Amino acid sequence: MSVAQLPGSAAPDYAPVTPRQLPYMNGTPNPSAAALRERFPDAVTRVDVIWGETSVYVDGPRLLEVVRWLHDDRTQRYDYLADITAVEFRDPERPIEAIWHLRSLPFRRFLRLKVELDKRAPLSVESVWPVYKSADWMERECYDMFGITFRGHPDLRRILLWEQYKEGFPLRKDFPLRGRFSRSEQLKQALAAAPESRYSLEELDIAQAFEDLPDDMRRRLAAGEKTGE
Amino acid sequence: MAVTAGGAPGRTVATYDPPGSENWLTTRLDALINWGRAGSLWPMPFGTACCAIEFMATAATRFDLARFGMERLGYTPRQADVLICAGRVPLKLAPVLRRIWEQMPQPKWCISMGACASSGGMFDNYAVVQGIDTIIPVDVYVPGCPPRPEGLLYGILMLQEKVRRERLRDTETRDEMQVDPDTGLYIPAPAIDELAEPFGNSVHQTRSGL
Repeated sequence: MSVAQLPGSAAPDYAPVTPRQLPYMNGTPNPSAAALRERFPDAVTRVDVIWGETSVYVDGPRLLEVVRWLHDDRTQRYDYLADITAVEFRDPERPIEAIWHLRSLPFRRFLRLKVELDKRAPLSVESVWPVYKSADWMERECYDMFGITFRGHPDLRRILLWEQYKEGFPLRKDFPLRGRFSRSEQLKQALAAAPESRYSLEELDIAQAFEDLPDDMRRRLAAGEKTGE
Repeated sequence: MAVTAGGAPGRTVATYDPPGSENWLTTRLDALINWGRAGSLWPMPFGTACCAIEFMATAATRFDLARFGMERLGYTPRQADVLICAGRVPLKLAPVLRRIWEQMPQPKWCISMGACASSGGMFDNYAVVQGIDTIIPVDVYVPGCPPRPEGLLYGILMLQEKVRRERLRDTETRDEMQVDPDTGLYIPAPAIDELAEPFGNSVHQTRSGL
């Protein structure tokens, strides 16, 4: 399929295939993988195709650059960030993999980016928030569960667990299934967390968001109209 | 006082002679108040999971919770009698559940619906409360995963039976349980740990200190 001819056109020129028809390894890679190799020869370290899905291993420091290109380039147009997650393997020597699922709605493509993070160093990777605003909560969840710090995230704090949570990062392999503390200690800490205190003042302060509101809503608020009542 | 039928002298039809009027009045007031309370319980549903779906089925037409005087579901704790906790409660929700219980006025009761609310169920992990009776006092536990509407109705009937047996003179039933100001718990910490002690061979992956 030639990609240049149809930016934004929907119909693919191939019949849909089910995963059962695909080989486990070494299927046809996503054409974006070759384009990435050409554009960033030293940033792409490996390309895997498993059940027809392409995973591209990217050099950590250049991630944001790669993602921005995938998002902006007219031949790629990955306009939808589906998920951000991570995998820790049982082999303690293997690095943790941070994973980005990208989807190109115009070209009907799916691409998985992976960055390997060495466990011996502090886990840290570039945030893709400047490109995809939807990365905000996904990166917070990934930080909450795995303890990966996303550099450049505007507001990196826990999202699923409460902010005073002290036990660590639950999806790491060294985290016990029932938590590090005894049940009574967990309950005591949970009950001590006041429900209201989880919201920062910034979240509740409408004055800061005032400039971002649409014009008519700003007019109505300035005239003294109340919202949410 | 003996009531004699007119016309036939000396023939007693009915006798009414209470031995002590005070006892008589108190017992009847109990029965009247408990009858009223048991027949018009206002539930406050606290549904977090699939048990809440079964609760909705219980409240809907086929099983019709209104038959037992519960047609008015109070979605505010301030105007409710029974807290029906349906579903698993994560630790993050524990202070919320306790706040709701504290907001309910006396007299109040609590039904723990389903395995997760009663014991944590299959979610024996870092995130889920192992039984809401560690947060708030519970009157009736309804087992099941989730319980069928008949099960919940049976639990409600058991609660009504409990309400009918209450005595006004017994003021202790209305005493609030006081939490320990240091820990926020009202069950001693070792008891909670013992309650939540896992079964089987899964003890190996429990905890490391504290």
